[in-house]
Amino acid sequence: MSSTTEKPLPVRSVPAQTRTRRFTLTPTVIVYVALVALLVVGSVLVGLQGGVLLDQAGLLNIFTRATALGLVAIGQTIVILTGSLDLSVAYLVGLTSLVAAETMAGQSGMIVPGVLLALAVAAVVGLVNGLVITVLKANAFIATLGVALILRGYLEQNYTGPAGDVPRTFQHLGYDRVGPVPVAALLMLGVAGACWWLLSRSRPGYHIYAVGGDVEVARLSGVHTRRTIVTAHVLCSVAAGMAGIYLASRLGSGAPYVGTDAGFDLESIAAVVLGGTLLAGGRGGIVGTIGGVFILATLDTVFDDLAVDPFFKDVVRGVVLITAVALYARGMVRRPR
Amino acid sequence: MKRPAWRPRLAEGTAPVLAVLVALLIGLAIAGPAYDSVEGYLALLKRAAPLMILAIGQYFVIVSGGFDLSVGALVTAGVVIAARLIGGDESATAWVIVLVLAFGLLVGLVNGLITTKLLVPSFIVTLGMLLVLDGAVFLWTDGAPRGALSTAFRQFGRGSVDVPLLGEVPYSVLILLVVLVAAAVFMRGGTGRALVAVGDNEQAVRLSGGQVDRLRLLAFVLSGGLAALAAILLGGFAGVSAQVGQGLEFRAITAVVLGGVLLGGGRGSVVAATAGALSLEALFTLLNLLGVAGALESAVQGVIIIAAVAYASLGSGLRHRLRPRRATTTSEPRDPRQPASTP
Amino acid sequence: MTGTSVRLTGISKSFLGVPVLRGVDLELAPGEVHALMGENGAGKSTLLKVLAGVHRPDEGRVEIDGVAHTFAGPADAQRAGIGIIHQEFTLLPHRSVAENVHLGREPVRRLRVDRRRMVRETGELLEWLGEDGIDPTAAVSTLPVAQRQVVEIVKALATDATVLAMDEPTAALADHEVELLYDLVRRLRERGIAILYVSHRMREVFDLSDRITVLKDGAFVVCAPTAELTSEDLVRHMVGRDLSALYPDRARPEDLGETRLRITGGGNARVRDLDLQIRAGEIVGLAGLQGSGRSAVARAVFGVEPFTTGTVELDGVARRIAGPRGAVRHGIAFVTEDRKGEGLALRQSVRDNTLLVRRSALRGARSRVAADLTALLESVEVVARGEHQEVRFLSGGNQQKVVLAKWLAVDPKVLLVDEPTRGIDVGAKQTVHQLLRALAGRGVAILMISSELPELIGMSDRILVMHEGRPAGELPAGASEAAVVGLATGHGIGEVA
Repeated sequence: MSSTTEKPLPVRSVPAQTRTRRFTLTPTVIVYVALVALLVVGSVLVGLQGGVLLDQAGLLNIFTRATALGLVAIGQTIVILTGSLDLSVAYLVGLTSLVAAETMAGQSGMIVPGVLLALAVAAVVGLVNGLVITVLKANAFIATLGVALILRGYLEQNYTGPAGDVPRTFQHLGYDRVGPVPVAALLMLGVAGACWWLLSRSRPGYHIYAVGGDVEVARLSGVHTRRTIVTAHVLCSVAAGMAGIYLASRLGSGAPYVGTDAGFDLESIAAVVLGGTLLAGGRGGIVGTIGGVFILATLDTVFDDLAVDPFFKDVVRGVVLITAVALYARGMVRRPR
Repeated sequence: MKRPAWRPRLAEGTAPVLAVLVALLIGLAIAGPAYDSVEGYLALLKRAAPLMILAIGQYFVIVSGGFDLSVGALVTAGVVIAARLIGGDESATAWVIVLVLAFGLLVGLVNGLITTKLLVPSFIVTLGMLLVLDGAVFLWTDGAPRGALSTAFRQFGRGSVDVPLLGEVPYSVLILLVVLVAAAVFMRGGTGRALVAVGDNEQAVRLSGGQVDRLRLLAFVLSGGLAALAAILLGGFAGVSAQVGQGLEFRAITAVVLGGVLLGGGRGSVVAATAGALSLEALFTLLNLLGVAGALESAVQGVIIIAAVAYASLGSGLRHRLRPRRATTTSEPRDPRQPASTP
Repeated sequence: MTGTSVRLTGISKSFLGVPVLRGVDLELAPGEVHALMGENGAGKSTLLKVLAGVHRPDEGRVEIDGVAHTFAGPADAQRAGIGIIHQEFTLLPHRSVAENVHLGREPVRRLRVDRRRMVRETGELLEWLGEDGIDPTAAVSTLPVAQRQVVEIVKALATDATVLAMDEPTAALADHEVELLYDLVRRLRERGIAILYVSHRMREVFDLSDRITVLKDGAFVVCAPTAELTSEDLVRHMVGRDLSALYPDRARPEDLGETRLRITGGGNARVRDLDLQIRAGEIVGLAGLQGSGRSAVARAVFGVEPFTTGTVELDGVARRIAGPRGAVRHGIAFVTEDRKGEGLALRQSVRDNTLLVRRSALRGARSRVAADLTALLESVEVVARGEHQEVRFLSGGNQQKVVLAKWLAVDPKVLLVDEPTRGIDVGAKQTVHQLLRALAGRGVAILMISSELPELIGMSDRILVMHEGRPAGELPAGASEAAVVGLATGHGIGEVA
C-alpha cells in the first residue's frame, strides 16, 4: 500500500451542493436589497400621505442622521471584527464633543488644536480599552463597560449641561452641503472608504480578521494579536471621537450626554450586526455596516415624515434588528461546532 | 480513582467575591454607625434585593452561554404596566401581580424562542427586545408613566414583617432568600448542572441526549420571570418612574461577572453571582457613607469591575499556565510533590 | 533550499515550579526525519513549542546551524527557518488558502497586501509539493481534511522553513490520507528539510523516521537509529515497562447472545443499503476511508443524521430514532471521534461530565448516583485529582475514560465508538481496549470505528468495510490489513494497491 511513486493527493471534486452555494445571498447583499426596498416602501407610504421621502430635505435628513451613527458604527465594526466590543463609545462621543468645544472656546484659531486634542483624548481612551483587554485580560464587554462607567463618572462630576463654544467657522462642518449631501456625510463616507481599504487590503486589516476568526490560530501564525486588538480599539475610539467633534460642530457646543441620549453604544452595535458582521468576529465588513446605518437612518426619516409616535420607532427597530439577524443566520451555512 | 480527603470546596471564582463582600461589610461597619446592628444590614439587603434577584436571573442566562440585555427595560415595563393597570385601585393588586409576573415569563419565553429557534445571538435578541419594550411601554402610556401603585403592591418592596430574633425583616429580603435558596438547590440538581454544561459545550450536551434548546429557553424564561419579580420589588421600593429599570441590565451583568461567572458560559455559581450583586450595592452604600460624590460613584464602579475581572483572569491564568490551553497536547497533571522517575 | 541542522542542548522548562522538561537534548540533521516519542505528558509538545518559539526555555541552548538563538516569539523562530505544524489545525476556515498560508506574513506592496503574489507563491509551493489540485483562492472550509493538512504544511513551508516540526500530523487523517502524508514527508526529506515528527502511531514512526528520540516524564531516555529499535523496545522506553499481549481476547462463539442491533436497508444522504447486525457481546469493526460513510453510520444510528430509509431494530423491536435523545433513551451510546468538541464539557468536573447523560436523558434513579460514581470511575481507571477536577486538565486518555464512564452510567445496550483511541497514549489505549472487551463481555453490542487498522483488526469479532457510502464487504476476525484495504479502496479482497 505504501507507494513511493509521486502521486498527488486525489483531488476529490467538491460536491455539487457546495458549488451551488456561490449564489447564496450574503448578508451585505441582503442589507442593500433591504435598504432599497425600504426606500421604495418608504417613498410610497410617505407619498400616500402627500409627502415626498427622497426630496432635498428628506435626503439631507437621512444623511445627517447617518453621519454620527455611521462614524461610531465604523469604529465599532473594526472592534467587532476583531472579536471584541466597545460599550464606551457613547460616553466617549460626549467627552470628545466637550474637549473639542472647550478647547476651541469660540476662537477660530483654536479649531485645529481642538480637533487634534479631541482625537488624542479619544485615542487614549481606545488605548486604555485595548490595554485593559489585552494586558489585564478582562473580557471586552466588562472592560469597555468599566471604562464607560469611568467616563460617565468624569462627565457627571464635571458637567451638568452643554459647555464650550464652537466658532462659527467650524459650524460649517456640521451644516455645509454639496447639493442635498452634507459635507460631513461625505467625510463619514470617506472615513468608511479608508477603513474599508484598511480592513480588506492592508496587512493590519488581514490581521484584524485573523484575530477575530481565531485568536490562537493568529497568535501561532505570528500575528501580534495584542497589538492588533489595541489598534482596533484605538481606531474605534478615534472614529467615535470624530463623531463627537461632528456633533460639537452641529450643536455649537459640547454636550456630555449627546452620545448616550442617542444610545450610540447599543445602536452602533445594532447597526454593525444589522450590516451582517458576525458579533463573534472574523466575518463581515464596513460596507454592510454602512448599509445598516442607512437603514436605521431611513427608518427614522420615514417615521418622521409619517409623524409616527417616536416610541413606535424603537419597537420597529428592535423587530428589524432581530429579523435581519435571523435571516443571516438562516442564510449562512451552519458552521461546524 | 484516587479520592483525596474531603475538603471544603467553593465553586471556582467564588472565593474572591466573598472576600470582597466581607471586606466591604467590614468597611461599612467601620464607616457607618447604622451598621452596628442587624437592622442596618437588613436595610442594605432590602435595597440590594431587586438587583440580587436580577443577578440570579441573569446568571441563568449567562452561565448557559447567553446575555439578557432586556431585563432593565423589562423592569421598567413591569412597573409602568402595574401602575397603569392598578391606577390606585387596591382590589386590582393580586391580578396585576400575576399579570406582571406572567408578562416577564412571556418576554423571557420570546427571547428564548428567538434565540433557540431562529439562531439569533441572544445579545442581539435581547437588545432588540430592549428596544421593543422601551418603545411599546411608552407607546401604550403615551410617553409618561401614569396611574399609581396600590399600597398592597408596594408592601412587597417596602413592607416588613416581625421575625423573632431579627426584628423587622423586609418582605423583599424574605422573597430574596426564597429565590436564592431555590436557585442554589436548582443549580445543584441535574437540570442546573446540565444548564452549565450547555454554556460550556452545547454539542456535548446534545449528543448526551440533553435538550439544549429547552434548557436555554428555561434560562431566559427564568430571567424574565425574575426580572418581573424585581420590578414588583422596585416598584414598591423606588416608586413609579420611567427610569426605574434604566441601566439595570448592565448592573446585573456586572454583578454576575463580579461573582466570577464566566461571560460566555460554562462556569460560575449562582451564590457567587448573588454575592456580586450584594457587593455592588454595599460598595455604593460605602461610597455614600464615605462622602464620595454621587457622580464619582460610577467611576469607582468602573475601576472596581475592571479590577475584579482582571484579577480573576490574571489569577486563574497564573494558576493554569501550568497546563496550556489545549488539554490533550499537555501533560498529565502531575503532582509537584511527587518526583517523577528519571531513568 | 539548503539543509539546516538544529541542536537543542539541556532544555529545561518548568511551569510554576513544575518541571515539564528536564535537560532534554535533541539533534536534527538536514534531510532527516526524526521521530519524537513518549507518552502524553512526556514533554513532546512542550519541546516542540520551545523549538517553535512559543515557549521560552528556562535553561538550555537552541542552536541552528551552530548559532545560538533566543526566540522571543513564534515570529523569531519562523525567521530562523523553523516551521511548526501544530496538532490541531491552525487555519482560519473562512479565509482562502493563500491568505492562510501567508497569515502573519502577508507580502505588502505599496502599502497594500499583494494578493496576487500571495496566490502565486502559494500555487508555486503547492506545485512544488505535487499538490497543484488545491486552488489557492478557495476558502479552507471547502477543502477536505487531508487537503487542509497539506495547507498546514504549505503554511509552515512558506516561511522558507528548512526545519519542520510536526505534532501528530496524522491525528486527523484517515488511512489513505496518512499514506499520502508519508509521500509528502518523504518528498520533503529528499529536498533536504529536517523533520521532527511527533506521533503516537508506531507504524508511522517505523515507516518514516531515520532516528527516534524517546522522552519520559520530561527527560531524555534514548536516541537511536530507527533500524536499531523494535516496537517492543520503544514501548518499554516510553512506558518504562513491558506491555503484555496487545489486544484482549476476542469473544468466543458461545459468548455471543441475541442480536441487539439490526439495521436493514439503512440509508440517508451519506449512507446507502446498510445491513448490519450486532449481537450481544460482539464487537463489530467498521472500516473504510475517510468519507466512506464510516462515521456516518454511527451518527445515523445515534440519530444525529438519522436514517431516512430502512429499519432499525433494537432487541428485535423496530425503533424510529429521530435524535440523540431518543437514541440514548433506547439504550444506545455514542463515543464520538471529536472528544473535545462533542464528547465533553471541558470546564465541568469529572463528576458532572460522568453524570451528563444520566441527568440529560434519564429521570429518577438519582439516589444511586453518589454510590456508583466512585465505583464507575474506578472501573474505567480514570486518574484525576478528584471527581471535582475539571476534565480539561486531564490527559487525552483520561478524558476518553470519562467519556466512556458517562455512557456506562446509563448501562447502554449498544455502544458506538468512533476512533476511541485517537490521540491517547499507549497505556491508556490498552485500558480502553480492555474496557471495550469487558463491556462486550457484559452483553453490550459494540460498533467500533477506527482508522488504525491494527487496532480495528485486533479488537473486532467481525469487520464491515465501507466504500463510498455502502458496505463493500464483511471480513471475519483476524482478517489481514490487505484485505481490509482492498475492500476499502474499492478493489476486491487481496488486491492491494
